[in-house]
Amino acid sequence: MIKILYFASVRERLNKSEETMELPADINTVAQLVALLAAKNPEFRQLNEGGQPLLVSVNQTVADGSASLAANDEVAFFPPMTGG
Amino acid sequence: MITVQQADFDLAAEYKGLREDAGDAGAIVTFTGLVREFYMPDADGALTGGSTQTLYLEHYPGMTEKSLQDIVAQAESRWPLLGTRIIHRIGKLHPGDQIVMVATASSHRHAAFEAAEFIMDYLKSHAPFWKKQSSATSSDWISSRSSDSEALKRWQD
Repeated sequence: MIKILYFASVRERLNKSEETMELPADINTVAQLVALLAAKNPEFRQLNEGGQPLLVSVNQTVADGSASLAANDEVAFFPPMTGG
Repeated sequence: MITVQQADFDLAAEYKGLREDAGDAGAIVTFTGLVREFYMPDADGALTGGSTQTLYLEHYPGMTEKSLQDIVAQAESRWPLLGTRIIHRIGKLHPGDQIVMVATASSHRHAAFEAAEFIMDYLKSHAPFWKKQSSATSSDWISSRSSDSEALKRWQD
């Protein structure tokens, strides 16, 4: 199982803060997971097509589409950070 | 020391703690960020501000602390620091509230000044905090500023 977290405007758009899913055998990278989530959920697809970049982290480190995924990973999606 | 908390903080107490920890420091720099009053268009397009405004701070528990530790480690590798303190508040804040504190101690002032600025510049766009501003009539997530990512270029030469 992987855990997927959503924060800030992404959380509000999807109306959920987290979900877990069994990582399908053919999903090995972040880009593949994004494509899968977009195919399953039109709201997620719109996030990805929107003007604002969608950031992703794997195990609490910012990652890009080529990052590999494994069972028990924690993946998060969020907008650019605005702290301070 | 890195702390993420809802409660306000006492700058004098934090300074005193860092001063005691930092031993023979010759310079301590403290930076405090405050919530500014913001102006949002109401239904008539007029800009309204005022005391009913709130700023809500969301973060990613775990990753926040990890990314701040990483930023501090980078600062320690660039400047001879004798101690650092970071406090970032979360939850609901109002104009005038303290939101963030960065304090750095070193033997000399240049290192302390530069390290404090470096930590703040990275904190703005590399630590997972998000701000949402709300007035009586509307509510919006704050967009990231290109000036914040521009600020990092100074440290990347």
